[in-house]
Amino acid sequence: MTRPALAYAAAAIFLIAAAGVSALVGAADLNPLATIAAMLDKIPFVRLPSSLSPIDRAVLFQIRLPRIVLGILVGGLLSVAGAGYQGVFRNPLVDSGMLGSSAGAGLGATVAVVYLGGIGPSAVPIAAFVGSLAGVAVAALAGAVGTARGPVGNGTATLLLAGVAVGMFLTAAQTYILQRSTQVLQQVYAWLLGSLSGASWQQVTEILPYAVISVLIILAHGRHIDVLSVGDDEARALGMNPALVRGIVVAACALAAASAVAVSGLIGFVGIVVPHVVRRLAGTSYRLVLPLSLLTGAGFLVLADTVARTVLSPAELPIGVVTALAGSPAFVWILRATRAVGT
Amino acid sequence: MTALAVRELAVDLDRTPVLHGVNCAAAPGGWLALIGPNGAGKTTLLRATAGLVPYRGVILLGGTDIRSLRLRERARLVAYVPQQPVLPPSMTVEEYVLLGRTPHLGYLGGPGRRDREQAAAALARLDVTRFAARRLASLSGGERQRVVLARALAAEPRVLLLDEPTSMLDIGHQQQVLELVDGLRRDGGLTVLSTLHDLTTAGQYADEVVLLDSGHVAAAGPASDVLTADLVARVYAARVTVTVGPDSRPIVTPRRPG
Repeated sequence: MTRPALAYAAAAIFLIAAAGVSALVGAADLNPLATIAAMLDKIPFVRLPSSLSPIDRAVLFQIRLPRIVLGILVGGLLSVAGAGYQGVFRNPLVDSGMLGSSAGAGLGATVAVVYLGGIGPSAVPIAAFVGSLAGVAVAALAGAVGTARGPVGNGTATLLLAGVAVGMFLTAAQTYILQRSTQVLQQVYAWLLGSLSGASWQQVTEILPYAVISVLIILAHGRHIDVLSVGDDEARALGMNPALVRGIVVAACALAAASAVAVSGLIGFVGIVVPHVVRRLAGTSYRLVLPLSLLTGAGFLVLADTVARTVLSPAELPIGVVTALAGSPAFVWILRATRAVGT
Repeated sequence: MTALAVRELAVDLDRTPVLHGVNCAAAPGGWLALIGPNGAGKTTLLRATAGLVPYRGVILLGGTDIRSLRLRERARLVAYVPQQPVLPPSMTVEEYVLLGRTPHLGYLGGPGRRDREQAAAALARLDVTRFAARRLASLSGGERQRVVLARALAAEPRVLLLDEPTSMLDIGHQQQVLELVDGLRRDGGLTVLSTLHDLTTAGQYADEVVLLDSGHVAAAGPASDVLTADLVARVYAARVTVTVGPDSRPIVTPRRPG
């Protein structure tokens, strides 16, 4: 088997194993064989009798499976968006939450909880989605203005710095609103730390169109990101428009991250750690890194969510805490490793 | 018919004029060398031809104004090798050379059989096939330069722009690379426009030399006309002796004062 085929196989097995473990583990103790039989029975043209009770069936199909599928979507989206950003900015430390995305979502969710509580629970995901996209748009606009006035050929650094500045501004606004309305502090914080506990098939179908569109656009640009790795000048001399490619990929990544954030809150580190591990194991061509990040990130988040809902059962740990606890040491390791390679 | 013609080229960088009304031309299969002191505008002329900086004036490729060409069309005709190319350290030589096919690929297309064949041919042409699977970080200076040239050739360009192709190389590897380029233009009809800081080398390889001074053409023509002790002294503020070598090309030797 070739190296790419091997990498795809490993990532697919990891994802299937993570989903399988997650389906079997939890507060309701489902019989493993009966659970697997019940799931295989759902495949068209497959008929398998299962001894699962109606209650267990409901647990499996209405609670665990939507949560697993949502975890797959969120983990895949965050990872592929992180990988896409890292590629177009030629910087392994850029995360899907940067460029004002997480800060915009946080502000949006806070505003929804504090001021739009009357509309109902659906206000939070929509506000987070809109806030996330608006954050990136403002950062991109600020970056474009900065590049136009600034020295030549500094576009990516300027855009990143603008993203940091916009993020700080939005976070400050959010902190101020929170400080004025401490009675909702816990509700907002629960959202900020990320969770898949409210997962439903409805959430899956709501973000699916955005997920599919953004992922298809990102995956279609693997080759372009590889060309960008020789720098904007040489990419342009090779007949590519670096600013155009960067704009398209950033927009698609922003859409992917916003879709994930809307249903899960802020889940850090996935977007940095997963693509880095993939690059380590499968090489640096983004034609491979992007799809492998999608698969591996999906598996990683499903595993993290399984840990989040089982270690303190029946209480739940916020998934953002789990990914950060695993992610922070990995982040330090990345810092060391990237210095060693000299990129 | 010229392969490359530059007319009244003017470029401002950061509002500072760098080139003022430069004219020069290269015949098909010719080698035009740009020489001149640091900051004379040599690299800027190359970058304008590669479409990397805005300019006033006209640049013609085989009679076609490059402004009328789309980015990809121009990239198929002109390959550009900067003085310090960016070599992604963990990319393999093969992947890197295949990047040279970018101008021939559609927006959503990937490299096909013909692209791989052309990349393989470029690797073979520069005798680097045996390290196709190596990572770029592991290459020596001479190997890097050949790999970068292979990437440029993989695009099947008609004009090759080389910015100081030998500045990082020892004298042996300098000769090796320059002989390779010379062979490519003799066999393939490739037109070469290069900057070269070593005046003797420029005289040995180029059939036309353009001496730039503060963004103006100070002299142009065969090496024996341009490389005179007086002109070099005036433009570079350098003390040199110019002698005639066995191939009747000028040899420029630096001289200590006194």
